[in-house]
Amino acid sequence: MNLRRDVFQAIADPTRRAILLLVASQAMSAGAIAANFDTARPTVSKHLSILTECELLKQEQNGREIFYHLNAKKMKAIADFIEPFRKMWDDRFNKLESIMKKYKSK
Amino acid sequence: MELKTKIQAEEGKQDMLITREFDLPVELLFKAHADPELFGQWMSHEYGTTKVLKLENKKHGSWQFETVDAKGNVLYGAGGVFHEFIQNQKITRTFESENTPFDVQLEFLEFEKLTDETSKLSMHIVYRTGALRDQLLKMPFAQGLNMAHNRLQDIVSKIK
Repeated sequence: MNLRRDVFQAIADPTRRAILLLVASQAMSAGAIAANFDTARPTVSKHLSILTECELLKQEQNGREIFYHLNAKKMKAIADFIEPFRKMWDDRFNKLESIMKKYKSK
Repeated sequence: MELKTKIQAEEGKQDMLITREFDLPVELLFKAHADPELFGQWMSHEYGTTKVLKLENKKHGSWQFETVDAKGNVLYGAGGVFHEFIQNQKITRTFESENTPFDVQLEFLEFEKLTDETSKLSMHIVYRTGALRDQLLKMPFAQGLNMAHNRLQDIVSKIK
């Protein structure tokens, strides 16, 4: 069986996208991630191993627990995670420009 | 439409540079940052209205704004102090988000005249750590992912 997965396959699943969203702001243990879903723990574990396999998540041993965090480098490869941040500032500055143009013509 | 705003955030560093050229004279670009009414206008968005509570445009002056939704709930608040306030040239300020665990950041805003009718803003932001910078950079991404997820749920619930 070919276990090689690509990132697009990984993010096609809504549960996996929700997991990425959860760990986007902070590293979390498998248990803490699973607590956010109604699905059985082994199902969540399976999702975590798929996300780890395609390097969207990175594992980090912390005492007895493994913490998962977002692999920003890989996310950049698929969606450029800076892009929404840039878009936020671009929207703001576009607004500034149009407000000041109106202000000027007053 | 082309995105005119550029972000430079080198890996492993704890700062970032946001640059943008404006189709505005530098005086108007600066005024948009110095006038509380105008600042509130361009910092408002479809989810909330931004009100400037304090804007003491001078060295050691402080500033504060908050964004409230249609029901009057405070969505976001931020504040800080000015270290430099040089008309049409430069603003150095601290920036702190209220009610968040994020450490204060240092911002250098430089205003540059390109032609009589165009100008450039460079915002150099320094964070306490590289990890904090990366976390803040990811936040709109996380919100976007969340919105995409909500949209997906809306669509799915309509199909049901």
